[in-house]
Amino acid sequence: MALSWSNSAGAAMTLTNAENFDFSTTLGNAYFASPIFTASGCASSGKEFAQFFPLSQIGAVVTKSVMNKPRHGRPTPRMAETPSGMLNSIGLQGPGIDAFLANDVPWLVEEKARVIVSIAGETIEEYATLARKVRSVAGISALEVNISCPNVENRGLVFACDPEASRRVIDGVRRIIGGDLPIIAKLSPDVTDLPSIAAGVVESGADALALINTVLGMVINIDSMRPHLGGKTGGLSGPAIRPVAVRAIYQVHQAMPNIPILGMGGVTTGRDAFELILAGASGVSVGTASFGNPHALIDIQNQLQQILIEKGFKSLKSAIGYAHRTEMP
Amino acid sequence: MTTINRGATHAFATVLSNKRVGQYHQILLGVGDLVKACKPGNFVAIKVGGDSSRMILRRAFAISRVSESTSFGGTMELIAAPHGSGSQWLCSQPEGSEIDIVAPLGTAFGIPTSPVNALLVGGGYGSAPLFGLAEVLKSRGCKVDMLLGASTGVKIYAPMEGKRSVNSLKIYTEDGTMGQTGKVTDPIVDLIKSGSVDVIYSCGPMGMLSAISKLTEGTDVVHQCAVEEAMACGIGICMTCVLPVKGSDGQVSMLRSCIDGPVMDGADVQWHLVGQTPQVQQ
Repeated sequence: MALSWSNSAGAAMTLTNAENFDFSTTLGNAYFASPIFTASGCASSGKEFAQFFPLSQIGAVVTKSVMNKPRHGRPTPRMAETPSGMLNSIGLQGPGIDAFLANDVPWLVEEKARVIVSIAGETIEEYATLARKVRSVAGISALEVNISCPNVENRGLVFACDPEASRRVIDGVRRIIGGDLPIIAKLSPDVTDLPSIAAGVVESGADALALINTVLGMVINIDSMRPHLGGKTGGLSGPAIRPVAVRAIYQVHQAMPNIPILGMGGVTTGRDAFELILAGASGVSVGTASFGNPHALIDIQNQLQQILIEKGFKSLKSAIGYAHRTEMP
Repeated sequence: MTTINRGATHAFATVLSNKRVGQYHQILLGVGDLVKACKPGNFVAIKVGGDSSRMILRRAFAISRVSESTSFGGTMELIAAPHGSGSQWLCSQPEGSEIDIVAPLGTAFGIPTSPVNALLVGGGYGSAPLFGLAEVLKSRGCKVDMLLGASTGVKIYAPMEGKRSVNSLKIYTEDGTMGQTGKVTDPIVDLIKSGSVDVIYSCGPMGMLSAISKLTEGTDVVHQCAVEEAMACGIGICMTCVLPVKGSDGQVSMLRSCIDGPVMDGADVQWHLVGQTPQVQQ
């Protein structure tokens, strides 16, 4: 049996020229040594991954979106595999913000991980409450405001499908946070005009955008002849949605080239991450790929750096949005 | 907060043999030193379909048993039923194939420190991990009785060599095509009443586990069951495989069967709430 990874050496960069290559990225005023992050909801709060690689070796851990109160989430079944993807209906199960900030964040800081805390609320006031609690905790690099979770009881509560509600959430969080901590607004692709919703949240004070959340879907079980998931609908993720992510990132970057985008949606290889960066992403989150490969983040990070060097880029930053260039080949 | 099985490793394993046994496949993997961390009840998550597959999620299989042989080093045996496209792929892998595994995962059956009377109950190929468990229990001086059940005879998994590690083995099928006609849970009430059982270890369909939990309720018999829920990751990050379980504080929470299970105390699982969401108690 050949071991393909080991906990310490497996993540080491072995590329030639890697020392001179600038792999760093920024989201607002937050600096990250690598552009490869976990995706919220696909890494729990980091402890489970730490078994496979040191969390300090990736760009950042984006924690599972946390709400004010502890929450059980949706009933099972919560998952259905689909061609090159999966549908999930977790419903934001979590410990609540107080327990999360007391237990999980200090642990991540101790592990020397860069931490992006993701919050989700049912009301504009809940987001403000969450922001107030996060503000008082040290060691957080940025705040992701998830206004696009599809697994809520009332689809009317998906703030990111409503331009005005999106603006009000971000405005409320910005007032609490002040100017220090970068705010990343996580948006849904399930809208008619994504660039206008993106522009609205940027005007309200978002420093960066996370694109995309899962795409709303449904699977019907042909034995029971009813919706398979306990929550009936679920969020589609995995390689099946990557072209949707590339389109969303491309459209928004075109409309607002100076707003950093944390891209995500089906990224499984370094090649996929490179595609999102060409579309305009400053960083790339890896979600569903980690379910199939616990080392996906490290593999993707190494592959991406190699591709960028092979393509002749001197830095990650010089590749961001490169697909938008106007000069002729 | 519980964390992932500390012994878990992501590695490649070699298919040493792949034999058809009735409706199932008995697959032997060469896994090297990884066997040292494996305990009865643990499972393995296997990547299926090859690199260009449209199946993106690992498949979880109970580890039937492990051994360290002189010729192959550490080996791990799995019993797979080729029902879905993922298990069909695994069952079609020839000797010599390299497969991508993460193991061992999850909790293990608790092994008593002093000899006890153990009853092992398996439904369908849920019997697979019970034979490895039986060997360990026997080596600790326990009396090991086994009951296996299925709807029909061809769905019983009971290998000859497995029979050597138990004191008695009874088979029940609902259609009477093998062993006695009836459900595997039928004799349990009398066995508990007679005082000849201290611990029940079970693995099989949720209905069977739930039924055994009802039978042990209010008795001194401990029921350790290996649960089965659909999983996406097997390592605790996806939150899909949850079950409602009562904690020591009396509160019910949704625990991951990959990390807090698959082996759980049957008395704590809130079987009537499976498929529902418990109320949050503030």
